Amino acid sequence: MSLLELKDVSKIYGDLHALDKINLKVDTGEWVAIMGPSGSGKSTMMNIIGCMDKPTSGEVLLDGVDISRESAKSLTRIRRDKIGLIFQQFHLVNYLTAVENVMMAQYYHSVPDEKEALRALARVGLADRAKHLPSQLSGGEQQRVCIARALINYPELLLADEPTGNLDEANENVVLDIFSQLHKEGTTLVVVTHDPEVAEVAQRTVTLGHGKIISDKLNEGFKE
Amino acid sequence: MTKRKMFFRMITASLVRRRSRMLVALLAIAVGATILSGLVTIYYDVPRQMGAEFRNYGANMILLPEGSGAFDNAEVDAALSKIPAASVVGVAPYRYESVTINEQPIVAAGTHMDGARAASPYWYIDGEWPAASGELLLGKEIAEKLSTKLGAELNVRYALTEEDEDHSDLFVKENSRKMIVAGILETGGSEEEYIYMAMEDLEALTESAGELDVAELSVSGSQAELQGYADSINASLDGVTARLVKRVTQSESTVLTKLQALVLLVTVIVLALTMICVATTMTAVVTERRREIGLRKALGASDASIIWEFMGEGLLLGLVGGLLGACLGFAFAQAVSVNVFSNSIAFRPLLLPITIIVSILVTGLACILPVRSATDIDPALVLKGE
Ligand SMILES: Nc1ncnc2c1ncn2[C@@H]1O[C@H](COP(=O)(O)OP(=O)(O)OP(=O)(O)O)[C@@H](O)[C@H]1O
Ligand SMILES: [Mg+2]
Repeated sequence: MSLLELKDVSKIYGDLHALDKINLKVDTGEWVAIMGPSGSGKSTMMNIIGCMDKPTSGEVLLDGVDISRESAKSLTRIRRDKIGLIFQQFHLVNYLTAVENVMMAQYYHSVPDEKEALRALARVGLADRAKHLPSQLSGGEQQRVCIARALINYPELLLADEPTGNLDEANENVVLDIFSQLHKEGTTLVVVTHDPEVAEVAQRTVTLGHGKIISDKLNEGFKE
Repeated sequence: MTKRKMFFRMITASLVRRRSRMLVALLAIAVGATILSGLVTIYYDVPRQMGAEFRNYGANMILLPEGSGAFDNAEVDAALSKIPAASVVGVAPYRYESVTINEQPIVAAGTHMDGARAASPYWYIDGEWPAASGELLLGKEIAEKLSTKLGAELNVRYALTEEDEDHSDLFVKENSRKMIVAGILETGGSEEEYIYMAMEDLEALTESAGELDVAELSVSGSQAELQGYADSINASLDGVTARLVKRVTQSESTVLTKLQALVLLVTVIVLALTMICVATTMTAVVTERRREIGLRKALGASDASIIWEFMGEGLLLGLVGGLLGACLGFAFAQAVSVNVFSNSIAFRPLLLPITIIVSILVTGLACILPVRSATDIDPALVLKGE
């Protein structure tokens, strides 16, 4: 069974079809890149998959549950339990240290565990930056904190919207290496990107245009 | 780490690491709490200070010499015999003489300290009432004029004119005596312009006994009874006039009631202003932290936990502000009390928790609307780029 399945999903703003009858399946353990020009509906789709928004019509099955019918309250619960989010703008709480930011995700999920949070930071190469505030970290380091935070609760699905959009090449590679590592461990990844280089390293690339899927293909160059 | 520990870690981090923002709110709460605890203290202590004793037992009759006859202890005793002994609360005879201290002319009053104390229970003494011969009570103004402190030794001089042995010539003789300042008198009235010593000391200094200028009596009884005593003294004794000092009980209590109402009103207004200030700050804080709130929601925070985190910050501010305010408020009330009413007040331990609880309530109330608006924030919109 697929981890995620979109059936005829549409999102309509006024007379704008941000998503137009999208059908998509993502299997457990897959690494999918979503591409497409600006305004093609990538973020809209991510928000719907990430339980932060509801489609105007259609079904979104996550783990067999139709999240397009759930109340805001259970969407919050599903998001907390099953999904890890990474954003282009990092979005760290600026008055909490790196480790506290990671612990915050544990706090909402279950119980904070500082040792585990430190291990998660060590895993993204930030063991010695744990007590720094976001303002004391570089952009690449901030994004790695976000990844540690997204992973801390072992989500079934990791969603990243332009995770490397604000990073230079070196940091982009660090992030992609972490993704690759996660993929090997069996994490399901859906990554939105503008950057063909970022899309290339994924298993599969789905391209959107005007709210529709215009191509969906496996990447030949993908290395397990 | 427990969830509760993390909760406190987050809210204290928010307050401590963003202190410039929260300082305004803290200041508003602290000022509100200061005024609250200060005014409540005054509210309860002023009537006590101006007090029952003062209204019931202060001097309410004075005896003055009449005609040219001598006015001395005998006259006072004669007058007192017209009043039932049980009704006499205190008798303070006064004799005024000009003396000099440090070359400054000063009026010295001789009295019986016990009588003065009974007749004027509202006098506030910094230090002690003179108990032994050679001790002085200084009016506050005099103490300031001479810049003297408690326990200082002053040389009190009195000049008297005497005839020489063959009555042919007058010469000035000066007596002086070193005396210790036992207490400083604060009344807020003209009493502060004199120095007081035991009658015996003044008599020794002036080498003359018996003369009095006035005697103040504190007599208990109704207005009619008092008038009766005064009438009988005036009718039967030639050398003495008895006058009643109008008691201010009536007007005093109206003034008190009005004062208390005013204090209450000011307190309510200040608390309302505090609330507005806190609400404004919290609204700004919520707006400023929209992204953070969106992020927390995206990470799975329920509305309830968002509410509690912001409330937690608000309530912690209320707690700290209240604690600060309770202490400052006591200092404020103490200062007012000492300066205006010449009396110190006791710290009321109950006021500490009350001030803190009221501060927390006011802050909590002020936070409700802004914090509720935080839950309306949509994580998707907030996290979308920008
Ligand atoms: N809340 C909204 N109200 C109205 N229109 C919206 C809203 N959100 C998105 N849209 C519109 O929907 C379309 C798709 O937006 P979306 O954010 O999904 O694009 P995107 O593919 O993520 O673009 P980009 O690459 O620039 O991030 C856009 O035309 C956008 O203007
Ligand atoms: Mg986008």
